[in-house]
Amino acid sequence: MKEFNFKELGQRFVQLLVSLFILLLVTFVIGRVLPTDPVGAIVGELADPAAFEAMRQRLGLDLPLYQQFWIYVTSLLHGDMGTAILTGNPVTQDLASAFPATLELATLAVIISTVVGVPLGMAAALYRDTLVDQIARVVSLVGHSIPVFWFGIVGLVIFYAGLSWVGGPGRVDIYLEGLVEPRTGLLLVDSLLAGDMEVFWNAISHIILPACILAYSAMAYITRMTRSFTLEQLNQDYVTAARAKGVSSAGIVIGHILPNISVQLVTILAISYGGLLEGAVVTEIVFSWPGIGQYMTNALMIGDMNAVLASTLIIGLIFMLLNFVADLAYVFLDPRTREATS
Amino acid sequence: MSNVETLPGRGGFGRLFGRMTTTVRLSLSKLSREPLGMLGFIVLALLIVIAIFAPWIAPYSPTAQNLPNALQAPSWTHWAGTDEFGRDILSRLIHGTRITIQTVLAVTLIVGPVGLIVGVVAGFVGGRTDAILMRATDIVLSFPSLILALAFAAAMGAGLQTAIIAISLTGWPPIARLARAEALVVRNTDYVAAARLYGASPLRVLFLYIAPMCIPSVVVRLTLNMAGIILTAAALGFLGLGAQPPAPEWGAMISNGRKFMLDYWWVAVMPGLAILITSLAFNLVGDALRDLLDPRHVRS
Repeated sequence: MKEFNFKELGQRFVQLLVSLFILLLVTFVIGRVLPTDPVGAIVGELADPAAFEAMRQRLGLDLPLYQQFWIYVTSLLHGDMGTAILTGNPVTQDLASAFPATLELATLAVIISTVVGVPLGMAAALYRDTLVDQIARVVSLVGHSIPVFWFGIVGLVIFYAGLSWVGGPGRVDIYLEGLVEPRTGLLLVDSLLAGDMEVFWNAISHIILPACILAYSAMAYITRMTRSFTLEQLNQDYVTAARAKGVSSAGIVIGHILPNISVQLVTILAISYGGLLEGAVVTEIVFSWPGIGQYMTNALMIGDMNAVLASTLIIGLIFMLLNFVADLAYVFLDPRTREATS
Repeated sequence: MSNVETLPGRGGFGRLFGRMTTTVRLSLSKLSREPLGMLGFIVLALLIVIAIFAPWIAPYSPTAQNLPNALQAPSWTHWAGTDEFGRDILSRLIHGTRITIQTVLAVTLIVGPVGLIVGVVAGFVGGRTDAILMRATDIVLSFPSLILALAFAAAMGAGLQTAIIAISLTGWPPIARLARAEALVVRNTDYVAAARLYGASPLRVLFLYIAPMCIPSVVVRLTLNMAGIILTAAALGFLGLGAQPPAPEWGAMISNGRKFMLDYWWVAVMPGLAILITSLAFNLVGDALRDLLDPRHVRS
């Protein structure tokens, strides 16, 4: 790693910072400039002019825009995102308690989509134009076309209401709620730590359907990309050489192709993870999953911009960090691009 | 010999036209061997016909309530059943096609030209302009589009127009990147050099010689994008941020049907099928177009 390229790293980092700054600017514009009457939204339309003016000053809306933006940014840096109307708590606190639920759901989904999608994509490339390839094609085509929230509803009707194979909406059955001490906020981890297997299995039965449904849309992308990465490698001389040596198909895929496409895979997995966090927003509504998505939508309904903007920022931040990681992986892990840039 | 003066331009257009007719002819013959792509085209054509003639095709009014008839299961009189106000779901779906096609077209008409211009200018001018435009593109590309659309729609108030703008805001970067890549290739070709030698102004070269050559791949990309637009628009509708009731927007219909999903499944399931079929058709057409129009595929 002696030619580790610090200049490149610095450039990417600056780009990330610029992106974050613009995200701040965008949320500021959405929250403070676009709404025609942010004061009226709080005090009500019939408030008398004095109360109106007092609120306007309290919100800092009488200041010039750049000062308002400065106040917005500095208070964010102090972790102050305002108070949520719905819960009456600081938004930061609400987000901290909602985030683990989303994280748990999206993480399980990314694991499922990887475990199924990568082998399926490889098989499709290896057995090109056969039944496997056709199945992979249909799977990813439908995955790109299906509305995830509708798929969730259909899943609930069939597997919960019809067959009773899985738990219903929510993270656990109501009678098990709050039994496990929240140490990490990830219910599966917490229940294992507490050794409470009843809660653990119940939580599994609740998370499995939303996670699978969420995973499916990401899987469509992962399968398609893995297929094209593998196809690219199959034409390379080293594969022919390995074949000539008598290495089995499985040996070629695991021993030769997988290492060569691993960096590309890391990149698309990071991107899918970001996409899953976004997809979680609508999925959470369908499954009454108490994560950021549901929090944000509830806030949307009552026009609570503090909560909406904070959710946007937090998801945007993670989304961008994941993109950054994907970029870095591409530039720094792959010996080929590393040599090319240095 | 006044003819000669206009020859390069005319030659450019003539060649373009010739290429286009050849492509279309080749495409049609290839398409007949692509049953899935063909199916996509047929479904899409049907959807457009349905959207145009919705009021004449729909058996009932999309908004007229008929309470004694509420929540009827699918039958011969109501193919897709009725909702909680006794409205015929099929008729609502047929009218909803208009909203969907309208959304897709509007977003495409905003995103396509914006992406094309940004990309072509970046690729053609190069240097600092290119760097700045592409940085901006990368930054917008790294935004979570659905979340930003949600926040935007929340700030501006729900409605079809807001939804269209919200989706467009983050929709142009992929087009810009593609157009730039195409422009980089095209700007070094001989006919562009010839046009320059002939004294064509940079703007003329940009819009008459380079931009048209980027259009085929941009169209393919736009078609593939349409499926995504439909899904995002439906998600916004589902969250109550799209076209407002009683407009028969598909996503909003699903959200509405969710309340009865355990007893009256068709209220939520039917609009979802409509979305699935429509975006599937767009994806199939996009795939087929990519195979047909993309020059790299044609050459191989």
